[in-house]
Amino acid sequence: MGDMSKNYRLNFLKEVEANVEEGEWVKMCMQCGVCSGSCPLGKFWNHPPQEIFMMIRAGKREEVLTSNAMWMCTSCYNCIVRCPRELPITHIMHGLAHYAKRLGLIPQQQPTAKFAQLFWNNLSNKGRVNELKLGVKLYFMNGIGEGFKTSLKMKDIGMGMMKTKRMNPLEIVGGHGLEDIKGFQAMLKKAQELEDQRIATPRP
Amino acid sequence: MMAVAATVETILVVGGGISGMTAALEAAETGKQVVLVEQRPYLGGRVTQLYKYFPKLCFPTCGLEINQRRTKQNPHLTVLTLAQVTGLTGAVGDYTATIKLAPRYVNERCTACGDCATAVETEFDDEYNYGLSKRKGAYLPYRMAHPARYVLDPAIIGTADAEKAKAACKYDAIDLEMREETLELRCGAVIWATGWQPYDAAKIQPYGYDRFANVITSVEFERLADVNGPTGGKIVRPSDGKEAKKIAFIQCAGSRDRNHLLHCSRICCMASMKQATYVIDAFAEQAEINIYYIDLRSIDRFEDFYTKVRANKNIKFIKSKPSSIVADKDGNPVVHGVDTEGYNRYAEPHDLVVLAVGMEPAVNQNDFPLALKINREGFIEAAPENGGVFAAGCAADALDVNRSAQHATGAALRAIQVINRVARAEV
Ligand SMILES: Cc1cc2nc3c(=O)[nH]c(=O)nc-3n(C[C@H](O)[C@H](O)[C@H](O)COP(=O)(O)OP(=O)(O)OC[C@H]3O[C@@H](n4cnc5c(N)ncnc54)[C@H](O)[C@@H]3O)c2cc1C
Ligand code: SF4
Ligand code: SF4
Ligand code: SF4
Ligand code: SF4
Repeated sequence: MGDMSKNYRLNFLKEVEANVEEGEWVKMCMQCGVCSGSCPLGKFWNHPPQEIFMMIRAGKREEVLTSNAMWMCTSCYNCIVRCPRELPITHIMHGLAHYAKRLGLIPQQQPTAKFAQLFWNNLSNKGRVNELKLGVKLYFMNGIGEGFKTSLKMKDIGMGMMKTKRMNPLEIVGGHGLEDIKGFQAMLKKAQELEDQRIATPRP
Repeated sequence: MMAVAATVETILVVGGGISGMTAALEAAETGKQVVLVEQRPYLGGRVTQLYKYFPKLCFPTCGLEINQRRTKQNPHLTVLTLAQVTGLTGAVGDYTATIKLAPRYVNERCTACGDCATAVETEFDDEYNYGLSKRKGAYLPYRMAHPARYVLDPAIIGTADAEKAKAACKYDAIDLEMREETLELRCGAVIWATGWQPYDAAKIQPYGYDRFANVITSVEFERLADVNGPTGGKIVRPSDGKEAKKIAFIQCAGSRDRNHLLHCSRICCMASMKQATYVIDAFAEQAEINIYYIDLRSIDRFEDFYTKVRANKNIKFIKSKPSSIVADKDGNPVVHGVDTEGYNRYAEPHDLVVLAVGMEPAVNQNDFPLALKINREGFIEAAPENGGVFAAGCAADALDVNRSAQHATGAALRAIQVINRVARAEV
């Protein structure tokens, strides 16, 4: 994966426009603040969307790419429906997260990023989400002690799910998957190749 | 049947607001025949509903009085009220307009004595006060209405109130047999001055105009502040009549917003600053005003007004478009948002919130009787394909009164040129 960012050192906005999904919209932001005020999670972040967009324009590259803001977005779309300039804010936030990951700039111990990785590993393994394994991994994401505590807390729900056949305890060994797992993985590989190619080709 | 003499040398003016009146008078005072068609029962349009004018803070009544006098004195001007243009055919130099006249049920013998209003009982929302008060079914639309003639609400026709009104009139001015009429007029040029209407604030869902009594619009606030308005000029809030000393003005309510109106309505920054002075006049040191804005657009000669308002320490400017309004348990509207200068989250309770609503064209794009070049905001463009139809004032753009009048004079000049061409050809 080539690091294209060198070409844009002096202009982070251009870098975002070229590399971040929907990044070309950032310059359309008029700094009205509606998105920040509308975001149900905004108060828990370092930087609300409006501020992120201003920081991009101000060239604050490191601060933006290492911010936890885009990882906290829950895709509620409140901001998008209200933005007077119709910026695809949610998508830009995800685009920024994606770009930060490509550059290896995810903030340490960022829980959403960690969970996203767990989810992807789980899914890409057999082409189906193994909820039992994912759940266990998630409970133990922050260490053994906390894992056991969470497991105990969730015990009754788990038992209930098993009773109503919503969860199969045998999933913990192997688990269900696609019939043609090889074909599925070849598809993922191809998709990754195409994505790498897209990233390596500078946008006009 | 009403008879109006008109020829291809006549100029038809549609809409009798400040723009239509100005255009009609400018043309008529050069000796041209002019017919002015207004759908309300009186002339003046929306400026009649303003308390004061920015930037001088003078009263609109003064300019209106002058225009009314000019209207009465001019022999070349015919005014039709309660009239609408429903059809327009032809081309530059020769148009035929179809005009629908709604019955007033009161003839020219009316002296505006008011006895009919005393006699009738049923009450209706007073449209002049944007529904903030009631009026009778026999009424003078507003204090200074021209023509100074009462109107019967069509809803009382056929009821006992209609008979009571007729019985009360000593001047035989009430004619319950009046019916809608349609007439056709020829004209050589048309000035289209149908003006604007406030954007429907209920469509801005997060601001809760339709949910919270104490969230009102800027046009309603003009009525509240007016000494001749529904509260006698007392600035009180609708829910409980409490004095509204702490007021939020929210700018760009519906304007500059791709979900609502695309354009900047251009006057609302100035209108809110003007309205802030109403609050200062009423409560002096006790007034607390927050103006929430994206940018302040008080351009060129208005800069001085802005500087003056800005100097008042009871008026604060907050650079932020609020994201929502909720009501607290006492009915106070609480304004929520994040400000742009520091990204601070706020939740500020007020007595009253005034939404500076945008101006949209009064006539919907699809309702013009003739194909005209309309821009994407719905205003009429100046374009050769419009032939002999010229827009004036807010039918062409969101304008203040001064610019509307200038624009209307320009339209009058264009119409006069068409008529002069027609006249030369006829000789
Ligand atoms: C809150 C607020 C405060 C304002 N304060 C100020 C101020 O302080 N100073 C200032 O300079 N400007 C102010 N303005 C702007 C001012 O109101 C406009 O500039 C002015 O009203 C424009 O006049 P007009 O004649 O173009 O339109 P209008 O006043 O809308 O007149 C149009 C007329 O056409 C009639 N009409 C509409 N459709 C038809 C039809 N189909 N057939 C026949 N007749 C029709 C209407 O009934 C109306 O009488 C303010 C605006 C707002 C919203
Ligand atoms: S709502 Fe849209 S225009 Fe306003 S600050 Fe957010 S992104 Fe920018
Ligand atoms: S979509 Fe994301 S950024 Fe937008 S309001 Fe929801 S959580 Fe906030
Ligand atoms: S209609 Fe008759 S009663 Fe009513 S105001 Fe006019 S003159 Fe007076
Ligand atoms: S004049 Fe001011 S309040 Fe009105 S739309 Fe323009 S910027 Fe917004």
